[in-house]
Amino acid sequence: MSKENVLKVENVTMQFGGVIAVDNMNLEVNRGEIISLIGPNGAGKTTAFNVITGVYAPTNGAVYFKGDKIIQNHPQGKMKKLYQGENPEQYAGQHVMAPTPDKITRLGIARTFQNIRLFKSQTVFENILIAKHLRRTSNIFTATFRLNAREEAQMRQETEELLRLMELEDVRDELATSLPYGKQRHLEIARAMATKPELLLLDEPAAGMNPQETLELTQFIGRIRDEFGLTIFMIEHHMDLVMEISDRIYVLDFGKPIAEGVPEEIRNNPRVIEAYLGGADDE
Amino acid sequence: MSSKTKTMWNVGLIAALLLLLFLLEQVIPSGSMFFTVLKKGAIYALVAVSMNLLNGFTGLFSLGQAGFMLLGAYTYAILTIPVESRNSVYQYFDGGVIQFALPVPVALIAGGIVAAVFAYLIGLPVLRLKSDYLAIATLGFAEIIRAVFQWDKLGPVTNGSNLLRSYPTFKSVLYPFVVAGICIALIVLLINSTYGRAFKAIRDDEIAAEAMGINLAHHKRLAFVISSFFAGISGGLLAMYQTSIQASMFKSAMTYEILLIVVIGGIGSVTGSCISSFLFIACSEWWLRFLDNENLYIGSFHVPLLRPGFRKVVFAVIIMLMVLFYRRGIMGDKEFSLEKISNFFRRKRGKKEGKGGASHE
Repeated sequence: MSKENVLKVENVTMQFGGVIAVDNMNLEVNRGEIISLIGPNGAGKTTAFNVITGVYAPTNGAVYFKGDKIIQNHPQGKMKKLYQGENPEQYAGQHVMAPTPDKITRLGIARTFQNIRLFKSQTVFENILIAKHLRRTSNIFTATFRLNAREEAQMRQETEELLRLMELEDVRDELATSLPYGKQRHLEIARAMATKPELLLLDEPAAGMNPQETLELTQFIGRIRDEFGLTIFMIEHHMDLVMEISDRIYVLDFGKPIAEGVPEEIRNNPRVIEAYLGGADDE
Repeated sequence: MSSKTKTMWNVGLIAALLLLLFLLEQVIPSGSMFFTVLKKGAIYALVAVSMNLLNGFTGLFSLGQAGFMLLGAYTYAILTIPVESRNSVYQYFDGGVIQFALPVPVALIAGGIVAAVFAYLIGLPVLRLKSDYLAIATLGFAEIIRAVFQWDKLGPVTNGSNLLRSYPTFKSVLYPFVVAGICIALIVLLINSTYGRAFKAIRDDEIAAEAMGINLAHHKRLAFVISSFFAGISGGLLAMYQTSIQASMFKSAMTYEILLIVVIGGIGSVTGSCISSFLFIACSEWWLRFLDNENLYIGSFHVPLLRPGFRKVVFAVIIMLMVLFYRRGIMGDKEFSLEKISNFFRRKRGKKEGKGGASHE
């Protein structure tokens, strides 16, 4: 496996008012890896995801995708005084880059959500078809007057193919919300895949799943990584799943990365155990 | 049914409808209430569908429709008043500043474009707002537009608060039907395209839609501008129907009427909006008229309570009952289609045959 860097998070701090949600986070995800981000509740994992996908502009720091800087910010305005994080001057005066989530997705970073967010009134097929809108070449006139018939047909064909690969063919015409929970998770991942990402961010894909479903999901994630040549970065609480498929693990506590390494190292790391089991506060 | 035969059926149905209207026009006197309802119904159907595109399909709760209709109506009227009548229309403003007249179709489209341009400009700040706040902002815009158009200083263009009249109008009921029909067909084509799917995604879940790469600002603006364009065209049609217009007509009550049509028809259903538009207009203008007649006798029984304005009470009650019992509107978010009806009958027949077979055994 080549060591090409897909995602690099550099000194990212996210501060809301006086609360630091993510504190000087640094991490790297290489091509083809499955990386997990774990940590107790409220550690800032989802906030970190939201920074990477453009939902929040970080208070300070930069994010790189395939070596190109895509997000960068430094404390501004009111934050200048309030800022309590590290490296307040490092990015000062540099160009602010805060793309919206759709631009991030266009670059090739797709995500799923902790609480499933499917398009409720649409069928499984339509849910995935919507994600194909991103790579369109038609404009509103050619689309309205059906001058994009070839592209439309291709969109539908790709959707059918993806449904087959994701084993969702049999529920193709069902309403997305009528699916069982596990299948809804599947669909959400399939929908993210339809945007043709290189990096897939999964926010607690196994949340609320029973052990059997978790096992299936574990195999599923491994399979899509291999079949689509993806890089996967996920937040997860199910330790079985995390230990089984992660190449490396980052541990976050109170917004600060406290450990990084292969599953075996993490399992035996005293700081991680302490964070999870809640040891004495003074280290 | 394949899509080709489906289209053929729909085209056939529309042609039959137009032919029927044409024949009815030869038979029934043109002053009949029936045609009034059809004309106004067609115009309201168009503006209701345009509002549905925004409220029902994109999930943007906007109440600016009357304002955009006003823009369309005024643009149409101002551009088409014949040069020779301008002196009498603009009698307080020395004949106005515009001294040319455009052909009717061009002026109608111009009305749509003016409404769309205003929508684009107003959309820049207000589309950042969500739900109720957006409704308030657009409602405010509509009221401001109405006030501005009555302003004396703009008199040379808008004729101030005086009537605009003598512009070309339509006689045949076919005219609003054809124009509104074409516009609604365009909206349906749009809704079923990849852009329409993106609109529905925004309605269902904005955050997920954005994560799927749909540019929220761009798509919301598109929906807003397109909806306003068609509202502008329907405003032009309304001007033709009324034969004279005045800015004070386009009150917010008009927007509420349209909203009511959309809600009764079903938020997210184009055919629902069309059906409910005709029902609404028929109820408010025609079917309940007899309630206003104070001296109504059934046999020798003098029906009590009836007096001018009573129909409005009954109408309000009907609407309340509608909303109570059809909470999702007549059509919900489904569409009326020949295919579903034929499937329904086929299933019924299938059941009958099945039953018949069972009884033989």
